[in-house]
Amino acid sequence: MSGPVLAAGEIGDPVLNTAVFAAFVVITLYVVYRVSSRNSTTADYYAAGGRFTGMQNGIALSGDFLSAASFLGIAGAIAINGYDGFLYSIGFLVAWLVNLLLIAELVRNTGRFTMGDVLAFRMRQRPVRAAAATSTLVISFFYMLAQMAGAGAVVALLLNVQGKAGQALVITVVGAIMIFYVLVGGMKGTTWVQIIKASILILCVVLMTVFLLGKFGFSLSALLEQAAANNTKGEKVLEPGGQYGKTPTTTLDFVSLSLALILGAAGLPHVLMRFYTVPNATEARRSVVWAVGTMSVFYGATLVIGYGASALVGSERILQSTGRENSAAPLLAFEIGGTVLLGIVAAVAFATILAVVAGLTITASASFAHDVYANIVRKGKADAASEVRVARLTAVVIGVFAIIGGILANGQNVAFLVALAFAFAASANLSTLLYSLFWKRFNTTGTLWGMYGGLGSCLLLVFFSPVVSGAPTSIVSTVDFQLFPLANPGIVSIPVSFVCGYLGTVLSRERADVDKAKEMAVRSLTGIGR
Amino acid sequence: MTEVVQSPAGARAAVPRAATFGGIGSGPGAQAPQGPDFAAIHDSAEFAALRSRFRGFVFPMSALFLVWYLTYVLLAAYAKDFMSTRVVGLVTVGLVFGMLQFASTIAITALYVRWARRQIDPRIAEIRAAAGVDAR
Repeated sequence: MSGPVLAAGEIGDPVLNTAVFAAFVVITLYVVYRVSSRNSTTADYYAAGGRFTGMQNGIALSGDFLSAASFLGIAGAIAINGYDGFLYSIGFLVAWLVNLLLIAELVRNTGRFTMGDVLAFRMRQRPVRAAAATSTLVISFFYMLAQMAGAGAVVALLLNVQGKAGQALVITVVGAIMIFYVLVGGMKGTTWVQIIKASILILCVVLMTVFLLGKFGFSLSALLEQAAANNTKGEKVLEPGGQYGKTPTTTLDFVSLSLALILGAAGLPHVLMRFYTVPNATEARRSVVWAVGTMSVFYGATLVIGYGASALVGSERILQSTGRENSAAPLLAFEIGGTVLLGIVAAVAFATILAVVAGLTITASASFAHDVYANIVRKGKADAASEVRVARLTAVVIGVFAIIGGILANGQNVAFLVALAFAFAASANLSTLLYSLFWKRFNTTGTLWGMYGGLGSCLLLVFFSPVVSGAPTSIVSTVDFQLFPLANPGIVSIPVSFVCGYLGTVLSRERADVDKAKEMAVRSLTGIGR
Repeated sequence: MTEVVQSPAGARAAVPRAATFGGIGSGPGAQAPQGPDFAAIHDSAEFAALRSRFRGFVFPMSALFLVWYLTYVLLAAYAKDFMSTRVVGLVTVGLVFGMLQFASTIAITALYVRWARRQIDPRIAEIRAAAGVDAR
C-alpha cells in the first residue's frame, strides 16, 4: 500500500467491530437454523416453497440487490468523484422499472426455479438450459468476485488486519459462514438473512443521512458547499464528468455503463430467482414495489452519505486510508458516531457481503443442479433428493471458488466490477428473456445466438479492454493487448445480443413451437397452470 | 413418489393444486387427465383483449422511462455546462434531474400498480375462472 496509511486501528476498536459483526452472524445463524426445518424438496430448497409475502420478498430483493458495491462503492464514488457516482444510484434504481413492467410477473408465472425454466419453456431443452446455466454461472461469478473483493477492504477496516495473509484468512472464514447459510437454510434461510441485513442496512443509512442533514441545518446546499470545500476536485464534484468526463472515450464509457446498469438488473439470475419465492404474480408485483420503495430511500441516502463523507472526512483522507474509496462510508461513520457507529457500519457492510454472496451461491447452485444436472444430465428424471444433494454440493464448490476469487481480487474497486456483471446480465439474458416472453417467432437458434452472442461479445470486449491490460489500473498492467477502448462493453454487447437473437431466429429454418408459444403466452400473463 | 423434478413436458399438464403453493409434488406422476386447454384460451377474445391491453400499457411506459433516462444520461455526458448550472445555492440542474429520475421511477411504479389492479387483475381473474383454475 503506497502513501501514508491511515491505519484503521487508529480510528476504530477491532474488538467492538468484531463483536457487532459476530452478533449479526449469531442472530442470522439462529434464524437460519430455526426456519430451515426441512429443505428436502426442490421447491423448498430453491424457492422456499413459494411462501414468502410480497413485502418480505421485496425487502429480500433489496437485500440481494444492495450489495457492498452499492453501499461502499457508490458512497466512495460520490465522495471522491462527486456527481458521477450518483449516476450509479440512479441507474440501479430506474432499472427496477424493467423488472416491474416487463419481467417480474411474467417470469414468476412461467418458470419454477431458474432463469432456464423461462428461456427453455418453448425451446429445445438441453442446449437452451446449457446456455442459461452458463450465463448464470458466469454472471454470478463476476458479481461474487465484486463482493468478495470488497470483503478485503472491509476486513482491513473492521479488524485492523493489514496483511494480505490475514485478510485472506478472514475472507475464508466469511466464505465458510456463507456456505453454511446456504447449505442449512436453502432459499428460505438465505431470504431471511437478506431481510435482516436489508433492514439493518437501510436503518443505518437513514440514520446517518438524517444526522448529516441535521448537521448542515437540513440544507443540501450547505452540505454540498462543505463537500466541495473538502474535496481536491472542488466544486467540480457537483458537476457531471468528475470521473468520466476526461476524454470523449471515458464519456462514451459512461454512457455504456449507464445502459448496462439500467438493462442489467432484469437479467441478474439471483434477482430473477427471487420472483419464485412468492405464491403468485400479484405478490411478485408487490415485491418489486417494496423493492423500489426501499431502494429509493437507500439510493437517495447514498447521495447524502457520499457528499457527507467528502464534507466531513475529506477526499484526501479517504484516498489515503487502507480501503481507499471503499472506506468512505466507514470513515464517515467514525467521524460522526465514533467507534460504535464505525463498528455498526463496518459490520453491516460485512453482513451485506455475506448475504449477497449467499444469494448468488444459491442461485448458481440452483442453476447447475436444476438446469444442468436434472434437466440435461438426467433429462428431467432426477429425483428431488439427488437434485438437492447436487445443489448443496455445487454450493460448496462455488463457495470455495468465491473464497479463492475474493483473495485474488482483494483491493479492486467493487462498484466497477458490479457494473461489469450488469453488462453481462444485460447482454446475455435480457434480450433472450424479452424475446421469449414477447415474440412468438423466437426459437431455439435465436435463444442460443442471443445468449452466446451477448455473453461472448461481452467477454471478448472485456478481455481486450483497459480493464484487463494496457492501463495503469489494469489487471495485467505490464502487457498491453488492449484493442477496445471502453471499460464497460454494454453499449456494443447489448445491441449485439439483440441483433444476434433476431438474426438467429429469422435465418434458421427452424419453426417455433406454436403450441408451446401459445401456452407460454397464456401462462405468463394469467398464471394458469402454475 | 414425493417430488419429481419436472421436465417441461410434465409441467405442461397443469394441475390445479389447492394446497400446494409453488407446485410441490406436482411431478408428471401427479398429472391430471386433462390440463387447461392453453390453445383455446390463447385464441379466445378475452385473452386477446387482455394481452393487447397489457402490451398497450407496458410497452409505451417502458419506452417512456427509457427515453427519459437516456436523455438524462446523455445530458450528463454531453451537456455538462447545462447540467452544472446552479439552481438554488450549490444545487445544480444535474442534481435536480437526478432527483426527478427518482420521482419518475416512484410515479411510474405507483401508476402501474394502480392500473394493473383496475385493468388487468379482474380480466385475469375472469380468464382463470373460465378455465376452471381456482381464482386467487
